[in-house]
Amino acid sequence: MARHTLSVLVEDVPGVLTRVASLFARRAFNINSLAVGPTEVAGMSRITVVVEAEGDLLEQVTKQLNKLINVIKIVELTSEQSVQRDHVLIKVRADAATRLQVTQAADLFRASVVDVAIDALIIEATGTPEKLAALLSVLEPFGIREIVQSGTLAIGRGAKSMSDRALRSA
Amino acid sequence: MSKGSPISPALLAARPAPSAPQVRDVVPAVQAGAVRGPNNVVAPTQMLGSAAIVRSLEELGVDDVFGLPGGAILPTYDPLMASTKLRHVLVRHEQGAGHAAQGYAMVTGRPGVCIATSGPGATNLVTAIADANMDSVPLVAITGQVSSGVIGSDAFQEADIVGITMPITKHSYLVTDPEDIPRVLAEAFHIATTGRPGPVLVDVAKDAQQSTMTFSWPPRVEIPGYRPVLRGHAKQAREAARLIGESRRPVFYVGGGVIKANAAEELMELAELVGAPVVTTLMARGVFPDSHDQHVGMPGMHGSVSAVTALQQADLLITLGARFDDRVTGVLSSFAPQAKVIHADIDPAEISKNRTADVPIVGSVKEIMPELTAAVTDAFAANGRPDISAWWKTIDHLRKTYPVGFTQPEDGLSAPQQVIKRIGELTGPEGVFVSGVGQHQMWAAQFIKYERSRSWLNSGGLGTMGYSVPAAMGAKVGDPDRVVWAIDGDGCFQMTNQELATCVINNIPIKVAVINNSSLGMVRQWQTLFYEGRYSNTDLNTGHDTVRVPDFVKLADAYGCVGLRCERDEDIDATIEQALAINDRPVVIDFVVSRDSMVWPMVPAGVSNDLIQIARNMTPTWEQED
Repeated sequence: MARHTLSVLVEDVPGVLTRVASLFARRAFNINSLAVGPTEVAGMSRITVVVEAEGDLLEQVTKQLNKLINVIKIVELTSEQSVQRDHVLIKVRADAATRLQVTQAADLFRASVVDVAIDALIIEATGTPEKLAALLSVLEPFGIREIVQSGTLAIGRGAKSMSDRALRSA
Repeated sequence: MSKGSPISPALLAARPAPSAPQVRDVVPAVQAGAVRGPNNVVAPTQMLGSAAIVRSLEELGVDDVFGLPGGAILPTYDPLMASTKLRHVLVRHEQGAGHAAQGYAMVTGRPGVCIATSGPGATNLVTAIADANMDSVPLVAITGQVSSGVIGSDAFQEADIVGITMPITKHSYLVTDPEDIPRVLAEAFHIATTGRPGPVLVDVAKDAQQSTMTFSWPPRVEIPGYRPVLRGHAKQAREAARLIGESRRPVFYVGGGVIKANAAEELMELAELVGAPVVTTLMARGVFPDSHDQHVGMPGMHGSVSAVTALQQADLLITLGARFDDRVTGVLSSFAPQAKVIHADIDPAEISKNRTADVPIVGSVKEIMPELTAAVTDAFAANGRPDISAWWKTIDHLRKTYPVGFTQPEDGLSAPQQVIKRIGELTGPEGVFVSGVGQHQMWAAQFIKYERSRSWLNSGGLGTMGYSVPAAMGAKVGDPDRVVWAIDGDGCFQMTNQELATCVINNIPIKVAVINNSSLGMVRQWQTLFYEGRYSNTDLNTGHDTVRVPDFVKLADAYGCVGLRCERDEDIDATIEQALAINDRPVVIDFVVSRDSMVWPMVPAGVSNDLIQIARNMTPTWEQED
């Protein structure tokens, strides 16, 4: 099933993430990733959720989300009309013999080394899920110790702001 | 998520953390006219949070509340005692308070209010809240919560009722700051009663009730994410009218939303203009009079052959405030296969949820139907009325050939259908009939003639056994001048009959007809039909030739009600008349009936509505139809 990225503007009140997450669970919608944080507007948060749904099901997801009182607005962000990024921290084995190879690999992906130890590096990278997967496959032979990854963040291209109309028409 | 680190501001934490860059402030979205009630203006006054709860309810125009006190709501019961505007009905179980508030809301059209304490008090409300959510009943549940300082510590009688009820409420609030009380209650009533009605829970921490706050009225109601659409799109109305103008086999598929919208008159006008058959679902019984020539019955699993077949063979469904529930559609893929669908509903999520709508119209049916009437009038004027006489011939044939009926039981006991039918006939359409869930519910939907909205109450979506007695109690409080019948089963009655005490003490003279077949009848029917008559755990020993535990007449007597028993056909009328003559206290009638009577017609679960059976293994003959 196709993945769709939804940007959900919500009131920043207790329990709103629980409401959104439990709605997905209750209605048996599949979430691929979820990221949440504050926005440029006080009292508003924005949830970026990647769902595996299409057609009628995607419409149901959107409509059910809209029924939540704390949800202000939902937009679907297509990959063409938005910038979408994942963020990953990778702890990879690297000793004196392999360190240079690992850092070179990181450079190729415009990833940065953010921590160095005698036998390991931590690499920080940002990009599309495909790019990050490619980076991981390059690093894999050196020995990946840990991975921690954010949900996808997405923002529409151009000057428009998602919160503009949502609040004016309120 | 890790504890303590503010990764997501306030999203899971109890208190909002200061969030990062703040460029703009939220534009206030004060909703005009959002605060219910007589619109008094109250200048800022100091009072306790508990008094603010009572005062807010008064200002919101609430007259009656149902509840039961306990530790965490105790502060609020003190000012409640002093209130001259609020009548509090002390129930015997919180579930009773919830269903009573539902019954009250269903007959009055105003929000029902129930109050309970924290923990078990609140969890006892859960069934009623879920029921109200499924049947779109405006309900405000106020619960006490342990003090904010100990929330999350597994304190005595602590339960996360906001969390527990999140999937079954329209919205919910946890109030820890007493200053929020008036606004939250005003918002709760606004949300519960507007758009698609539903239950709203307000959980108030004990310390918020005990602290001083500044009360003023009206509060500022700001709900930026809540703007129900009321007006349908004019273009959609014209498109719907075009389909109606072309249809040769149209059917009005009318649901409970038309009752919730108080739109019986608008429906009548539209239906008579179009002239199409009307079916009323279990939740809509009465909104279109049964006596009207265009009414062809109730659709669904136990619907009439004429109503089920009308939907199946229709070329157009004019769907108004209904939601294509599985009990109506049967197997969805084979439901009304040739029909185009006009679907008008106030909840956009219901449109194309189960059946794709060709013409979706989001809005209140109260506003949509007059627009449709105007658009159809124009369409008929422009292109003439379609000829649907052949369609009516088909429907009339079905109506005459397969009326809803029943056979006399072979065991010599009364037919439950006969008892229920006579209750309806002797009481008349001005009565209110409140059923439990099961066979008696279906018979009450089939054999009582409903002529008006809000005369038939039942638990349709959730199917809550035990709904009847407390909901009837609430209905009688809401509309005390009407005769209110609880038509209950012997199984259902044993779940909530403790509220008879509430009825006796508070002078709420309902009438309870226990349709006593000594078993969990609907389950037994399925065991008869689908489990080779293996009656696993459905025998209740309350009926004829049993130990009669409990004896319902003695039970009625113990509660101070009048207890009557009727075991023979010839006593049915006299017993009902005797009950109708008693108005100073509740009456309980033990109608001993046959356990072998079954609900027919029936569409067995998991098959197409085309396979409707009028009796066991008997399907109608279809060849005469087009």
